[in-house]
Order: sequence, then C-alpha cells, then structure tokens
Amino acid sequence: MEEMNINEMKELIMNYVIKEYIDDDDVKITYETPLISSGYVDSFSMVSLLVFLENKFRIKIPPSKATPEAFDSVNNIVALVNQYLKQ
Amino acid sequence: MTLNPEHRSYEELSGNFTWAVAEKELDYKNGEVINIGWYCSDRICLKGNAAKVALIYEGFGGISRQFTYDDIRIAGNTIGTFLRGLGIIEGDRVCLFMDRIPELYLSFLGILKTGAIVQPLFSAFGEESLFVRLENAGTRAIITQKKHLQKVRKIRGKLPHLEYVIIVDEIKSADLAAGEVLFRLDNAAPVENFDICPTMAETPSVLHYTSGTTGQPKGVQHVHYSLISQYLTTKWVLDLRDDDIYWCTADPGWVTGTSYGIIGPWSLGVTQCVLDSGFSAQAWYRFAEKNRVTVWYSAPTAIRALMKAGNEIVKSFDLSSLRHLASVGEPLNSEAVIWSEKVFGKPFHDTFWQTETGSIMITNFPGMKIKPGSMGRTFPGITGTVLDPATFRPYPEHGRAGLIAFRPGWPAMMRAYWNNEEKYREKFVNGWYLSGDRASIDSEGYYWFIGRDDDVINTGGHLVSPFEVESALLEHPAVAESAVTSRPDEINMEVVKAFITLKPGHTPDPDLELDIMNFIRKRLSPIAMPQAVEFMDRLPKTRSGKIMRRVLHAKEWGEEIGDISTLEND
Repeated sequence: MEEMNINEMKELIMNYVIKEYIDDDDVKITYETPLISSGYVDSFSMVSLLVFLENKFRIKIPPSKATPEAFDSVNNIVALVNQYLKQ
Repeated sequence: MTLNPEHRSYEELSGNFTWAVAEKELDYKNGEVINIGWYCSDRICLKGNAAKVALIYEGFGGISRQFTYDDIRIAGNTIGTFLRGLGIIEGDRVCLFMDRIPELYLSFLGILKTGAIVQPLFSAFGEESLFVRLENAGTRAIITQKKHLQKVRKIRGKLPHLEYVIIVDEIKSADLAAGEVLFRLDNAAPVENFDICPTMAETPSVLHYTSGTTGQPKGVQHVHYSLISQYLTTKWVLDLRDDDIYWCTADPGWVTGTSYGIIGPWSLGVTQCVLDSGFSAQAWYRFAEKNRVTVWYSAPTAIRALMKAGNEIVKSFDLSSLRHLASVGEPLNSEAVIWSEKVFGKPFHDTFWQTETGSIMITNFPGMKIKPGSMGRTFPGITGTVLDPATFRPYPEHGRAGLIAFRPGWPAMMRAYWNNEEKYREKFVNGWYLSGDRASIDSEGYYWFIGRDDDVINTGGHLVSPFEVESALLEHPAVAESAVTSRPDEINMEVVKAFITLKPGHTPDPDLELDIMNFIRKRLSPIAMPQAVEFMDRLPKTRSGKIMRRVLHAKEWGEEIGDISTLEND
C-alpha cells in the first residue's frame, strides 16, 4: 500500500464512517465525535469497521485491542491503526 | 403500595399459588376493564404517587430529563389525543421505531390508551427487516425520529396500509413528504383528561416480532391481561420495592424492554432510568453510580463485556447502591455469576423467558439458592417440564436432555402469531407449549440450559433467523448460494457466520466479504450481519439439493457431524 499521511488516513476513515454508519444527512461528525458511546456505531457494526481497517491498511488488529474505547472516534481509530502499521 | 417487604421462600410463594394474587393487588376483577396504559400511569397517580419520578432519562452527551408519574400520565393522554385525531382506533397497529428516547416510552402508553396495538421495532433494523414487519402487521402509523426517516421513506411506497409517518423530533415542515406528520410532545397542549379505551383482558396490546428457523418473522400478539404476570414477576423476581431505582438495559424494540422496561416497573409505581447511548463499561458504571441504581436487569452479553473491561475499572465507581442483579436473553454462564459475586458482592440472577411467553418463566428468586450456570426453577403458577423429543411427553426421570415446555394458560402467554394460525398451532403439542429450547432438570427442579432445538441463532440475546439472512444474501449481486449458521463468540455467545458460493465472474476477496457484511447490516440489521463470510466452491447439500446447515454448524463448533449418508457426492 502506498504511504499515507495522517490527514489522508483520517479523511479516508471519516468518509467511510459517514458513508456506512451515519444515516441522517444533517448529522455532522468531527474527528473527535464519539462513535460507539454516541450510538452511531453499535458493537455488532464495529466488526465491519474492523474488517474495513484490516483490509484497507493490511494490518491485523487483535480482538483484545478492538475495544469500544479504541473505536470511539476517528482520532482514536487512527491512533490504533498507526500502532499496527508500525509493526 | 407495599412491595415484597420480605423474601418469602420459593416454597411459600409457590404453595396454593394463583394469579389472583396479582389481580387483587392491582384491584382487577375478572370481566372488568384492564388497560396497561392506565395501570402504568393514571392508577399510580390515583394512589397518591403523581409527583414520584417515573423516568430518569439520559441521552448521549449527558442530556437528561425526568418525568413524574403525572408527567407520563399527561404525556400518554396527549399522544393518545393526537393519534385519535389522526383517526387511529382500537385494533390499529402503531409502530414505534425510535431510539430509547422518552417519546418511545411515553408513546407506548399513549398508543395503549387509544386501544391500538403497539408494534415496537428495534431502531437499528434495516429497510428490509422493517418492511416485512410493517407489511405483515398491516401497520397504519409509525412513530419515528428524523434520523430513521430515510429507511421508512425507502419502503413507504410498498406499504399501502401505512397512512401516517409521525416524526417526533426536529424537522422543518417544508421537508415533510405526503403523509408525514410532525408531532413535538413539548409543543403539544397537555391533555389532562383522556377517554381511555375500555380494553378488556383479551384485547390485543403489544405485537413483538421474533425470528424462526424458516419463513418470515412472526408477530407475537399479546393482550392487556399480560399485565398480571408481568406485574407479579417484576415484583417477586426483580424484587422491586417502593424506593428502588431500577435500570433495565434492554431496548423496547425487544420484549424485555417492554415487559420489564415499561410495564413491570411502571405498574408497580417504581422509578426507572434509561441510558440511551452506546455501550462502554465506563459509561454504564458511571450511570449506575450517578443514579444510585438499586436493581439492575441486564443481559449476559453485556455482563461478559463488563467482565472483559476488567475488575479495576469497577473500583473507580461507588456501586454500593446495587441491591439486586438479574439477567435475561441467553444462558448466563457460571463464570459471570461468580464474577459478579466477586466485583459487586452479589450474583446476577438468571431468568428464562421468551417473546412468546411475555413474562419470566424460569428464574432464580432473591433468597433462593443459586446454582451458577442454572436458569433456576419455574415461577409459581408455571408448570414446566422437559419433553422427550421423540414422544413429546415429559421424561419420567431427572437429568435427561429434552425440550423445555410449559402448560399454556399463564396471563402473558401470546394469544396468536399475527396472521399465522398454522405456525401458532405448531407451537403446541400434547397440551404443551414448545419453547424451542433444550434443557435438563435436576433433582431439585433447577433447569440447565443446553441450546436451541432449531437453527435459530441467539446472538447477544437476540434471535436471528438463518433463513432470513440467507434470503437477503441471495439479493447480493455476487452471491449464488448461501448458508448461514452460528459460530462461537466470547461476548455474544454466538454470532452469525455466512457460507457463500459466488456467481461466475466474481472472485473471493476481503473487500467483497466486507461488502456482503455491510449489505446485510443495512438491509436487515447489525445483529444479523455475518461477522465472518467464508467463500466456498460449493455448499454441503443432500442429494435432493437441500443445504445441510448442520454440517457447517458442526464444523464451526467442533462437533460431531453426525449422519451424512444423505450428503451429496460428486
């Protein structure tokens, strides 16, 4: 995969979250918007978000690290992905 | 109102039991009017508790509201008046399709007060799941939020019975389509007096949908008389008392969220609280601490997720208010019972019941000896047994694995599957109601859960029909054939797994797997979404062409495959 900077990564994940999980066009989310604790992404749907990240960034995130807290905002997700990109 | 002041023994409560115990406490006499909406609000006010808090609501971001019993009485009247103004009459089906916002709970009362039937649906349902349930029920009105409106709009044209789409939150009038109505409870004139529909014991009240192995979901129809067993089981099993702060974590889109998240606590006049935000251990513990929750009714999936979050986090919160814990939805594993004793100083009490039973059937009472891993014993007045699957007759001895069955006749038992008399009749054999679950009973009368007796998947306490998922998968452009079963899951007990063969021109790849997952998530629901997709060259089938799901199930669970003599060869 081509090298991607943090901003590109944020935008990619943000676009995916909006496209897949936000039904209401009027809802505007930011990189800090809580996704899990706000109910935008439920625990079952989190699995599809995990698969997206693993496919897109060619990483493997262990189940123990795929926690609601780690997925609770785009910024948190980027931090999680970065952790495994570096390995 | 005096609530269960002392823990009487199981034997004492069971001896000479009749449901008249509850009828007397509710001042109900056979043949009189019984309306759940009235019992859950007006009656509590008439008993002098109008100013008592009925609902403490907290939404995402800490938004909170409180409603007294007088508030919910008036809100029910106001919503009922609005619905009647639209022409909603007794027997009409009115769907609730909302997150856990106050309007959901208040509309439940309002609909029942009009004599219409409440049809609660889980707000995460996708358009197909929503469509089949609204179509089957012939739903006349749906009450929803702006955030879910797109899903309703997509299917509206295919639902000729659906006259009104009622939106309860902010939307500009100019954005409303034909047949869409804005109703803001805060802006509506409060209705002090409402002519409540004089519903009788057998008048239909609530229509919950549940999934079976084959066919479309079934509408489980309950009646107003269900109140009798919902009231008494809440009082005796959940042990609710006057001064309790009760938290039922279930969504009213499912039966626990109505039987024990609305009817039970409010008919007892108890204060209950609702947290409408996504799950996190931190948020849940904080909510329980902040509201000084005393009685907590939750689900094994949530308990296991809390276990996973660890013991340290619990120490950051003062949860000393917790007095009684109970669980429902799937079998509560013994590890979870032992864990809760360790971290909360008290065990979760398992309860077993179903959408069809309407109220708790098998349970661990407060004060009763708990055997970790057991579902407990039958509630007083419930005759239960385990049937030999070959003869549908009770086993004469203890310890045999068979079908959990109950003698029909308890107040909250379903009265019909909506428009499906044939399926309803299939649930009764030799005078027993067949639950579809398997268990054994030990010498002390405790039930030990074994599993489902069919292919239905119980994931996180929610039933998913493999047939429904398989059918939806076939609508994906790349899918030729599909088979759906479950696979073990640490948190949800089991999750959906799909086996797929692809149409020519499509090749297996991770992006296609994700696309298929999202396709089902949006079409049916996140619960029904396969958590894994396995691409196969062909599916195991009988020689007559029927897919052998059990072969795939056995593979996933590491079980013996059993007889495969009918398996198709090359």
